[in-house]
Amino acid sequence: MSKILIRGAKVLGGEPQDVLIDGETIAEVGTGLSAEGAEVVEAGGKVLLPGLVDLHTHLREPGREDSETVLTGTRAAASGGYTAVFAMANTFPVADTAGVVEQVWRLGREHGYCDVRPIGAVTVGLQGRKLAELGAMHESAAGVTVFSDDGKCVDDAVIMRRALEYVKAFGGVVAQHAQEPRLTEGAQMNEGVVSAELGLGGWPAVAEESIIARDVLLADHVGSRVHICHLSTAGSVEIVRWAKSRGIQVTAEVTPHHLLLTDELVRTYNPVYKVNPPLRTERDVHALREALADGTIDIVATDHAPHPHEDKDCEWAAAAMGMVGLETALSVVQETMVDTGLLDWAGVADRMSFKPAQIGQATGHGRPVSAGEPANLTLVDTAYRGPVDPAGFASRSRNTPYEGRELPGRVTHTWLRGKATLVDGKLT
Amino acid sequence: MQRHLISAADLTRDDAVLILDTAEEMARVADRPIKKLPTLRGRTVVNLFFEDSTRTRISFEAAEKRLSADVINFSAKGSSVSKGESLKDTAQTLEAMGVDAVVIRHSASGAPYRLATSGWIDAVVINAGDGTHQHPTQSLLDAFTLRRRLIGPDAGLGQDLSGKRVTIVGDVLHSRVARSNVDLLHTLGAEVTLVAPPTLLPVGVETWPCEVSYDLDAALPKCDAVMMLRVQRERMNAAFFPTEREYSRRYGLDADRMAKLPEHAIVMHPGPMVRGMEITAEVADSGRCTAVEQVANGVSIRMAVLYLLLGGNEPAVTHSRTEEK
Amino acid sequence: MDTHAQAEASAARPVLEGPDIARVLTRIAHEIVERAKGADDVVLLGIPTRGVFLAQRLAAKLEQITERRIPCGSLDITMYRDDLRMHPPRALARTEIPGDGIDGRLVVLVDDVLFSGRTIRAALDALNDIGRPRAVQLAVLVDRGHRELPIRADYVGKNLPTSLRETVKVQLAEEDGRDTVLLGAKPAAQGGHQH
Repeated sequence: MSKILIRGAKVLGGEPQDVLIDGETIAEVGTGLSAEGAEVVEAGGKVLLPGLVDLHTHLREPGREDSETVLTGTRAAASGGYTAVFAMANTFPVADTAGVVEQVWRLGREHGYCDVRPIGAVTVGLQGRKLAELGAMHESAAGVTVFSDDGKCVDDAVIMRRALEYVKAFGGVVAQHAQEPRLTEGAQMNEGVVSAELGLGGWPAVAEESIIARDVLLADHVGSRVHICHLSTAGSVEIVRWAKSRGIQVTAEVTPHHLLLTDELVRTYNPVYKVNPPLRTERDVHALREALADGTIDIVATDHAPHPHEDKDCEWAAAAMGMVGLETALSVVQETMVDTGLLDWAGVADRMSFKPAQIGQATGHGRPVSAGEPANLTLVDTAYRGPVDPAGFASRSRNTPYEGRELPGRVTHTWLRGKATLVDGKLT
Repeated sequence: MQRHLISAADLTRDDAVLILDTAEEMARVADRPIKKLPTLRGRTVVNLFFEDSTRTRISFEAAEKRLSADVINFSAKGSSVSKGESLKDTAQTLEAMGVDAVVIRHSASGAPYRLATSGWIDAVVINAGDGTHQHPTQSLLDAFTLRRRLIGPDAGLGQDLSGKRVTIVGDVLHSRVARSNVDLLHTLGAEVTLVAPPTLLPVGVETWPCEVSYDLDAALPKCDAVMMLRVQRERMNAAFFPTEREYSRRYGLDADRMAKLPEHAIVMHPGPMVRGMEITAEVADSGRCTAVEQVANGVSIRMAVLYLLLGGNEPAVTHSRTEEK
Repeated sequence: MDTHAQAEASAARPVLEGPDIARVLTRIAHEIVERAKGADDVVLLGIPTRGVFLAQRLAAKLEQITERRIPCGSLDITMYRDDLRMHPPRALARTEIPGDGIDGRLVVLVDDVLFSGRTIRAALDALNDIGRPRAVQLAVLVDRGHRELPIRADYVGKNLPTSLRETVKVQLAEEDGRDTVLLGAKPAAQGGHQH
């Protein structure tokens, strides 16, 4: 394989340096490196980050190839600077057997845009009643380490306890979609001032918080670790903060959209803002940003949820929940965390690459940008600012809440083990 | 006025008074031998009802026909909608047939707003009730009834409802009538008090421009009108209140409670009434109950709204009475 | 009245003043009595806004002459106009038909200015929905010509030959604080009460 010299890149936002890639690994990091025999990429002060890792992506294949496939989803990931994504289990059929997870894993390998790590369902068919064969999925070629019924909450306390205990045998982690089902029957949006006016069924914060409170106590009791998906309320932050202070093994993620958008947008009744968990209030947004900055929330995960146009071009109640996010995540994080001074680029690398790789045990990802490490890298033009144009998305779906919104930052290059998947903003 | 009528909250005080004044003139047409005006001749209005409501549909239809509009009734039941056709497709199909206005009733809150703002169609959209959101013509006819009864048909012309006290009782949480009335009555200067068990009030109600109370008996002696909302028996099963008997004892209007109202105060109900639940038969049939009058006023209000939105080349402007010849 | 309209009004030339208006109304009242043979069954219907005041003044004069009560009401023609689609909808004025109705009676429509004739066409349509008069006649304060329909007035206060570039503006004490008929140049912008 050839050599690539990335010249003058601000590694993790630091002083400009040169990074030499040789084959699949980083050969050298320093200043004034020789370009001999290497293809040169002039970074010109762009920020170089370790390849991003998304612990929460919906690739939709198998079953909903009209909204996304492993190919289109991993191309979107590469466009957004990702080198590894964890694919959620709520496909058709559900990823609750070794067969399905291996299929998804293999498709990711074949396409080569981004490593795909399948997530296994906790319960058979996401039904919440019977544990899926978690061990078999772990032992399969896909090597599943993260289990989740995402989209549905494992609301039965006994099933949740057993799952937390069972995965200890092979070091797995259960990622909980925290949503008390009875409290959210008919729920359409965050319950509060706006839902009262709009007459849309309220989705109370307590429906999320009560499950998180229960699950951190369960994790503590059985000595397991638990991961909380898409935490969305100020109250959830307080519970996780408390749990961490007690030494409970809990990690948590926040989505880019919950860092930026509020339920005021629902006043448009435009289903592009319909998402699970729902957009919350300004107060929640600020609590989430602070928690991500101080480490209470460990990572940013996209909850990239593609839907075909017709599932959003309808009345609110009939619309599907979810937003695409892979191709805008880094921009939203720059807008909400970096440009606000809450996080530096080293912090972004930590929240979007190091930590998610660690939680998901994505070997070879989330490594420092230094000699001898796998060359999973992404180069970001942080000085750019412009409107989001969904027409340019690599994702098969366009359900972004940011259409036309000006956001900073643009990923120009992505390398997966030394191979460029994105060059000058174009997929290879 | 805005081009569509989606929410009572979109109406200014002057818009609302113009509609009430116009309805007052429309009401007089009902007393004439020929109850018909040529105003909307050649205009086509579709009543697009995704939710059963014979009362509201008939009221709109009567208003449309009195203004000589061509009327198409579209009910979702037994249509392609039940076969999975979307709101968008249905609306576009109707517009392709040359519809000038869509009167829409839908179980999904915000469906009329989507129809008016998503660029699917060009027609004027009139909300005939959406989910638990809004029912603006109901609140207009309620305001019209209040003004006629408390001020007078002629004395009320040009007037709002400043200083009038209205108590709205019942299932506020699930009521588009309550939401529309809080918005409109506040705009018209009335003081609104909501009375309901706490389970039937939405979280966030404290930001609404009204008072909230759990005590009906305390509210009654101070009001000029009490508006009873329908309470559906299904709510009991979802634990919003323990039993029908307990609900009617605490929040129902019976003759004893009616006696606590000031002499001039009226009892309103948007219908259909659940006798024995929120209102006793004795109160419903008394001279103080305006339920039947509200139905008649509904036609006048809907004629006024149709005229002001469809009668010209653009929506009505509040100030002008031009007389060019 | 806004300052713009005031400026126009001051530039306009009065063609009838208060005493002239009173005199022509008296004459019209006598003509009605004469032609209607005592005005036994006359009902006066003014077309809002200024036609209503003229009808009331005529009724008062007729009552002086005949020493009987003359039924007098108003007929709003807004909903019957043929130019509804060309403007935003107008606020409606009152239609007030006197208690005994118009069936079998002689209805005299009263308006301030007769111009294209379209208002009177609309008034005839409106009457049709209210009842069946024995006959309908028309009284106007000013006839400025330029008819667009085969309509003529039975009683005219003043025939006023005008150009289409001119405007005729009637002011009455009840609405405008003074009685006058002004002839002016057509303003650049449309609006106001010019005819």
